[in-house]
Amino acid sequence: MDLLAFGNTGWGDELFFATLMTIAVSITAMIIGFCFALIFTPLKLSKNKFLNFIGNSYTTIIRGVPELLVIYLLFFGGSGAVMYVASIFGYNKYIEINAFLTGSFAIGIISGAYSTEVFRGAIQSIDKGQFEASKVLGLKKPVHFFKVIMPQMLRLAVPNLSNVWQITLKDTSLISVTGLVEIMRQSYIAAGSTRDPLFFYSFAAVLYLLLTFLSMKLINKLEIKYRRGY
Amino acid sequence: MDLELMASSFPKLLNATLVTLKLLSLSLIFGLILGLFFAILRLNKNIFLNRFSYFYSYIFRGTPLLVQIFIIYFGLGQIEFLRSSFLWIILKEPYWCAIIAFSLNTGAYTSEILRSAFETINKGFIEAGDSLGISKKIIFYKIQIPIAIRQSLPAYGNEIILMLKGTSLASTVTLMDLTGVAKYIISTTFKPIEVFIVAGGIYLFMTFIIHNFIRYLEKKYSY
Repeated sequence: MDLLAFGNTGWGDELFFATLMTIAVSITAMIIGFCFALIFTPLKLSKNKFLNFIGNSYTTIIRGVPELLVIYLLFFGGSGAVMYVASIFGYNKYIEINAFLTGSFAIGIISGAYSTEVFRGAIQSIDKGQFEASKVLGLKKPVHFFKVIMPQMLRLAVPNLSNVWQITLKDTSLISVTGLVEIMRQSYIAAGSTRDPLFFYSFAAVLYLLLTFLSMKLINKLEIKYRRGY
Repeated sequence: MDLELMASSFPKLLNATLVTLKLLSLSLIFGLILGLFFAILRLNKNIFLNRFSYFYSYIFRGTPLLVQIFIIYFGLGQIEFLRSSFLWIILKEPYWCAIIAFSLNTGAYTSEILRSAFETINKGFIEAGDSLGISKKIIFYKIQIPIAIRQSLPAYGNEIILMLKGTSLASTVTLMDLTGVAKYIISTTFKPIEVFIVAGGIYLFMTFIIHNFIRYLEKKYSY
């Protein structure tokens, strides 16, 4: 237990902040993923073949390639790409991208592919009559989407989005390879300097279990809220 | 776009694909056995066995695969009696540590898939077997297991693809699988996009094959 003491003698406070970092990365990644899903879900549902192809390529590639490979691509290629864009605007100095942003972005792209699939499935399982009815009523497009489709879609999507959240939470452990100090990286550092990997990695496992357990409880409450009216 | 690098790295990556495929096939075989075993325990009425199986799948599904590999590869070496026992021959090899971690992980998911398949079997099948006077054992092996396998095919296909992606984590314990070699080439040439296209293409090709193979099986065994 001495190993987990707060302050300079133990690793308690470091692990506590690392846990907060994991939560922060997961939430940021989830939000970035939603942004991707908002762009790609309409593409996947579009009747235009070209747009459809783009939407399908995104989800197929990201869901078919290991997360680690995507992270390496962004980690090694991210700053190069940003520097290239900056050089077009005449800025030629070295730019280093924050590890937090690269990590969240990488996990966000992955989580976005899963969210896109969830939203697509949810929209497709809405009864066709709903679309026809709002057309007949002459609702404008934004009203149709936000007042008719969105509430029904969210209700169908929430249970599956909780799966996406769990996947995202667990995937954040992978960005420890880029050096961002979250639970996994902190345990690696602690294990290296105390020569007690068994304890620290097991403790990391407990922390992840705690996070998945607590978020499950929270999501269940959300689900009850969204199931109202059925 | 450096086409020369793409061409020269392709054979290296293809070689590494063999390691990935070996890891995948061995862990899937062990995982299937574990999964079936724990799914049967889960259906058992004995509360102790039931809970044990539940906790196994809860723990392995609730923690990242990376933590599981690290505990097995870095952590278990710390236990004195393991180091002196014959198990150490297996546990000192990163290759076997990775396979143990992958098998336990995919076993947990497989047990959940099989359990739900067992639970959704139409009771009529079992009752029909009963009324024909077939013994419980034969009903289980000849009726319940084949139906459960057929019903879990789509979900199990997803699990195979997830596991294929999971094997990339072997590169974190010094194994040179497809992702490991890709990372090595990226870090020596600093050409991430080219290597990503080749390595990602190989992964996509494998998922494509797995996906279609499962589809073929689904069609073949549909009833």
